[in-house]
Amino acid sequence: MTAALLEIDHLSKRFPLRRSTLDALRGRPRPMLQAVHDVSLSIARGEAVGIVGESGCGKSTLARCLVRLHEPDSGRIAYNGADVLALAGDQRRAFNRSVQMVFQDPYGSLHPRQTVDRILAEPLAIHGVPDAETRIERALDEVGLGTGFRFRYPHQLSGGQRQRIAIARALILEPQILLLDEPTSALDASVQAEVLNLLDALRCRRGLTFVMVSHDLAVVTHLCERLMVMQRGQTVEFLSAPDLAAHRVTNAYTLSLMHASSGFKRAAEPGHLEPLS
Amino acid sequence: MKRRLSIPFLIGLTILTVLVLCALFPDLVAPYDPLAFDYTAMMVAPNAAHPFGTDQFGRDLLSRTIHAAGIDLQIALFATIGPLLIGATIGLLVGWFGGLADTLVGRLIDLVQTFPFLVLVIAIVAVLGPGLNNMYVAVALVGWVFYARLMRGEVLVQKGADYIAAARALGYSQRRLMLRHIMPNAIRPVLIYLVTDMALAILLGSSLGYLGLGAQPPTPEWGVLVADGKNFFTTAPWMSLFPGLAIVLTGLGFSLTGDGLADLMDVRR
Repeated sequence: MTAALLEIDHLSKRFPLRRSTLDALRGRPRPMLQAVHDVSLSIARGEAVGIVGESGCGKSTLARCLVRLHEPDSGRIAYNGADVLALAGDQRRAFNRSVQMVFQDPYGSLHPRQTVDRILAEPLAIHGVPDAETRIERALDEVGLGTGFRFRYPHQLSGGQRQRIAIARALILEPQILLLDEPTSALDASVQAEVLNLLDALRCRRGLTFVMVSHDLAVVTHLCERLMVMQRGQTVEFLSAPDLAAHRVTNAYTLSLMHASSGFKRAAEPGHLEPLS
Repeated sequence: MKRRLSIPFLIGLTILTVLVLCALFPDLVAPYDPLAFDYTAMMVAPNAAHPFGTDQFGRDLLSRTIHAAGIDLQIALFATIGPLLIGATIGLLVGWFGGLADTLVGRLIDLVQTFPFLVLVIAIVAVLGPGLNNMYVAVALVGWVFYARLMRGEVLVQKGADYIAAARALGYSQRRLMLRHIMPNAIRPVLIYLVTDMALAILLGSSLGYLGLGAQPPTPEWGVLVADGKNFFTTAPWMSLFPGLAIVLTGLGFSLTGDGLADLMDVRR
């Protein structure tokens, strides 16, 4: 394996929970939720890594730690060998340009009162990137929307179109790494496939590194070469996509995820339902 | 997208337009001098010459009601703009930064809200001395809590939204996040409340005028006019009735306009 582009080393993140005033007076410690516990993951340049697990397993928290939306309690994140958590000022801004994120809910991830044009122009202005005009047009073309969408508001777009805008926004600063937090789970099945294919195409064209968070094994195997299974904040196992596709899975938890993503199974044939008494 | 203006919104706008015209050009609209005594026509019931009747000094009530519009609209504006600016700013700051300041301000808001609004305003005006300027100060000191509470709640909702997380990941500064991203999305309910509050401010101004703590006679102000007429209510009910109707109508105008604006400002429709 080549040198890691992004290295996560023994990362932990806890969230404080509410403590009753009585317990606080008694001096009891504040209860904590261990969202991510001692997770290590190494991602090579150009790789697509999936992080899978059920809801609440800490996979989104892990992704958010990577762009410093959460500050981890312990552990290290290194990007190109530099300690991400120590970055400040211009270095941190440079890091922001290199690592971008696409969120799960395209209805919540776009500023509701900005036009597509402003949504895409603002990051360029902040980071002092020239030729905003051409970049915005190119970004819209790249996500398959075209310049006709430039002066629309998010509420005038469908879920799939919004997610394309979110992808365009994430890519407009030309990042190295794209974090995808369940990018298709809020979309319906046909749009899901379109967006996944778009992401795949963008990755090939730009040589991007993907980190994709999902609960859906089918989606992850479609896009990623390698995946990490998480449960209750901890790593359960690492798998390669071919292994998963061939159902070479031993871990019980991964198996249950695999069954879950293969769809609902009817408990009984409709004809064999017991009559109501 | 074509938006249809609703009938209630148009009615509200019409009322407010008429009021603003009255406030700006009272001398053109009013048939008489509002302060001129006419001892030949004292306490005349509404008729063709005096549509709203006259008071005990023969002053034309229509003219007085029209001349009062300026003062009352001024009250609607000045008694809300102070609380809005103070409250929205505090709400934005504590909602965004949270922490101890948030807790303290929250408790302060609770504390102020436990007092009846009018009683607190009257108490402050009584200390500062009667008059409109002191009333504005008192209202600003008390009224900001409603705006702050509203703004803070809305900021907390917006703060958790993914578009803010996306903006953070893009490296936007705190100031930009707060002013360009949180504020425009959190201010809408506050502005809608503002218009409703303008109606309440007119009622408040009238109440204080009625108690002799707001506008001072002989300045015509609707509350003062209602108070003047109360002694003659059994013999000359029009003296209180018409200024009272003006208050009601203005309140209605603000409410209808506020609701209409709320619908219009919603870009998501």
